[in-house]
Amino acid sequence: MTIVVGYLPSPQGEAALDQAIIEAQRAQARLVVVNSSKGDALVDDRLIDAREFHLLEEQLTSAGLDFWIERSAQGRDAADEILRVAQAQRAQLIVIGLRKRSTVGKFIMGSTAQRILMQSGCPVLSVKAGNAW
Amino acid sequence: METLNLLMEGFASALTPINLLFALVGVILGTAVGVLPGIGPAMAVALLLPVTYGMETSSSLIMFAGIYYGGMYGGSTTSILLNTPGESSTVITAIEGHKMAKAGRASQALATAAIGSFVAGTIGTALLVTVAPFVVKFAVSLGAPSYFAIMVLALVTVTAVLGSSKIRGFAALGLGLAIGLVGMDPVSGQSRLTFGFAPLIDGMDIVVVAVAIFAIGEALWIAAHLRRNPARTIPVGRPWMGKEDWKRSWKPWLRGTAFGFPFGALPAGGAEVPTFLSYVTEKKLSKHPEEFGHGAIEGVAGPEAANNASAAGTLTPMLALGLPTNATAAVMLAFLTMKGIQPGPLLFENEPALVWALIASLFIGNTLLLLLNLPLAPLWAKLLKIPRPFLYAGILFFATLGAFSVNMQTADLWLLLLLGLLGFALRRFGLPILPLVLGVIIGPMAEQQLRKSFQLSAGEISGLWSEPVAVTIYIIIAILLLIPTVLKMIGKARGGASELTAGLAAGGAISEDELEKTELRLPTGARRSADDEQDGKDKS
Repeated sequence: MTIVVGYLPSPQGEAALDQAIIEAQRAQARLVVVNSSKGDALVDDRLIDAREFHLLEEQLTSAGLDFWIERSAQGRDAADEILRVAQAQRAQLIVIGLRKRSTVGKFIMGSTAQRILMQSGCPVLSVKAGNAW
Repeated sequence: METLNLLMEGFASALTPINLLFALVGVILGTAVGVLPGIGPAMAVALLLPVTYGMETSSSLIMFAGIYYGGMYGGSTTSILLNTPGESSTVITAIEGHKMAKAGRASQALATAAIGSFVAGTIGTALLVTVAPFVVKFAVSLGAPSYFAIMVLALVTVTAVLGSSKIRGFAALGLGLAIGLVGMDPVSGQSRLTFGFAPLIDGMDIVVVAVAIFAIGEALWIAAHLRRNPARTIPVGRPWMGKEDWKRSWKPWLRGTAFGFPFGALPAGGAEVPTFLSYVTEKKLSKHPEEFGHGAIEGVAGPEAANNASAAGTLTPMLALGLPTNATAAVMLAFLTMKGIQPGPLLFENEPALVWALIASLFIGNTLLLLLNLPLAPLWAKLLKIPRPFLYAGILFFATLGAFSVNMQTADLWLLLLLGLLGFALRRFGLPILPLVLGVIIGPMAEQQLRKSFQLSAGEISGLWSEPVAVTIYIIIAILLLIPTVLKMIGKARGGASELTAGLAAGGAISEDELEKTELRLPTGARRSADDEQDGKDKS
């Protein structure tokens, strides 16, 4: 049993990761963290660096999980990357973070979340940052 | 006194709202293209050439001057924050600047680079005002043989003295001269290298050549090497300097200016040699030599000042002799020719309003740049987050539009693509771009002077050295070509060249071991040849 989570160092990404840890602990599942960049910009803060990688490892270890971090610096589109990993692992759940996007922004840039929702073969749990009513 | 009056008139014309607006547009564009590695001021000016058809000459020239100076400022930002120098002239800045940024002193590095650039740019422009009229007086007395010799000097130094490989330099120069030959022979009217292809009879349009080599070639190159491991932003606050930083910076600024301007003003050009000399000097004179290699502020202040002073110096031969020695100046000169203005020593006499408005706008642009760069540096760094496919799609669009708008003929688009492939090949095989562009632009001018000298001497080859100035210059060329070899031999005899001689032998470009010593990562733009050799080795 595997749970896949899309992770970025952002409030949305942290929220998704926290939720995924809870889900993984509840289901006694293996957690695969996917962090990728297309590598087509010179500077990309969405890709975690070595320090953040270690912090992430510590966080997951202290949560007592069986985990794997998949980090690709020159990967494909984020949606493709998450779906590929989820399919290869036969994931039972995908956890993603959502952020607010305007209609125009979605039209121009496309929506990673929407593609994952539509193309995933397993349930998708989407989390917003600051989960409060 | 007369000069001062003319300069004041220039200020009056440059300070009109419309020209001030163009100066602002120029410096913003210039900083933006300077920040983005691979897109330099030369490409920006080339892409904007077609836009200027409907504009006044002085306004467009003011905008170009803003781009030219802005590129220098922007280049230092990328070097410091990302260790990816956009141009060879900022390679040295990257050595100490990036170390400073890594040590959390990015703000100070950016500040000393910006203020140093301002100081050097202002002093350099003032020197340009003083020196240019003398150069003009001297230049008017020169005959065709001397002119030809000066042009040969410019071509030879740019090709052989600067840059890492002489063979590659001369190959690029040859290609450029060949492209410059295409079209009708100016004296006999025969068509040359047209291969019976009618659109080529008027010669290759300089806009098409420049846009193809700079924009299309670079876009193809990036497309072939699109993906790389992205870097992380180094957090920068608002650039500022403490008292200690000021104390350590002001002397390197002035020394850098002293190195930069003369090197730029010589019709040999190149900012690599003065920046390197400034770096070495600061290292020797510094009270903190142990900091060099770990982020010494002097190592940013000096070379950055030298870089900008040489940029100002480069305008001296361009305005006074009509002789460009760097790519941006070359494209600006092509623009003047396009507008029907004859560049050369008579420019100051025939178009005083234009020249002095340009010089005044340099002072204004420099001030604008300081005001823009000090508070906005973190914002400029954000440009690096733009995904490159979007960026280059835009560049290709403007390049194609520009090339088509020159003559409204489809043939130009094919030429654009063909020359773009040539531009890609240049980058692939590590040939420098500058000799090619200068060959295309100086080539026809040199031919004209050569023909004139032969007409004066009735075809006698000795007519080429009939003037004392010409003879002197040929001797200088010979010495320049021999110096690196001699220095290398001396270095070998001593058993290992000293840093300075090694640097000079490499033409100011830092040598490979120097690169290793300072742990400088190979930047994408400036040292592609080395990159390629690495690639080749990996494959084999």
